[in-house]
Amino acid sequence: MAGLTGRMSTVVKAKVSKLLDRAEDPAETLDYSYQKQVEQLQNVKKGIADVVTAKKRLQMQEKTLQQSVVKLDTQARQALSAGNEDLARTALERKNVAQTELQGLDTQVTELEEQQQKLTDSEQKLRAKIEAFRTKKEVIKAQYSAAEAQVRISEAATGVGEQMADVGLAMQRAVDKTENMKARADAVSELEQAGTFDDITQLGGGEDDIDRQLKQLSSQPAVDDDLAKLKSELGQGSGGETPQIAPGGDAGASTPAPPSEGGQS
Amino acid sequence: MIVRISGEDQYRLADEKTAELNELDNAVVSACEGGDEQGYAETFASLLDYVRKNGERVADDELAGSDLILPPADLSFEEAGKAFNGEGLIPD
Repeated sequence: MAGLTGRMSTVVKAKVSKLLDRAEDPAETLDYSYQKQVEQLQNVKKGIADVVTAKKRLQMQEKTLQQSVVKLDTQARQALSAGNEDLARTALERKNVAQTELQGLDTQVTELEEQQQKLTDSEQKLRAKIEAFRTKKEVIKAQYSAAEAQVRISEAATGVGEQMADVGLAMQRAVDKTENMKARADAVSELEQAGTFDDITQLGGGEDDIDRQLKQLSSQPAVDDDLAKLKSELGQGSGGETPQIAPGGDAGASTPAPPSEGGQS
Repeated sequence: MIVRISGEDQYRLADEKTAELNELDNAVVSACEGGDEQGYAETFASLLDYVRKNGERVADDELAGSDLILPPADLSFEEAGKAFNGEGLIPD
């Protein structure tokens, strides 16, 4: 078996043989190997903790974004009631961006959950192998001559070492995935820090990062839909509520028309 | 012989299955070499399935080295290409 699988085996075997480098006295080698195994098990636990931390961070961002979506929606309504369609549109555009980010986050949280599960399974297997090694090393020490012991140590250590290499690989893959997520997480943080979600009065003012991003996005149709929907909702449901800025000005008694003349139903 | 699927388990496969496994492996390699992503996904999945179905799972507390180690099931086409080009799946 050359190719893919052959190469994979070679890499793992190279890793395992590192564990056995210090092979002088069999008893010493056994204890040393075991000590290394326990150390590495600790590293695996740390690695899992890192994945959990990354997941929690993403989940917190999800929560923040969800709040932002609700807030922006409210702000869009307020703006529209007040007859400020531009402001309403901007709020809806931002809501759109936030929703897109939310979907991305959701996928990533699911992915991290899978990674976490895999790592936990691997860790349990590794723990079982290390435990088996601990028992076996005492048997080897007690029962075999130095020459025989070498052979058996090598067998046993390979069993553990391979599992270790396997966890190492799973860990590496989890770390790679987490790295990819950092970029998105940072983008979301920037979105929040831009302050856009906090103060509606700043909307429509100076152009910030978000504005530029928004212009690049082809979210226009979605935003138009949202806006139309909001208008019809407000048109029907606003009841006795009078907008603070009446469009016409002097025609006080008439029902305020929706801000746009365009036919929406 | 003992075959490990990385990220999963070790399986004990009867020796007479080796030829079939080898064929499946060759199919993966040639799909990779031919740049056939769809073919890679299919052949790689059937290679792993073959081991899972025909092998007997090795107990977690059994200390045995594998004769063959297969990459993890979620190996992307790109990664498979890299593995094949000699960068290796496990960085040192």
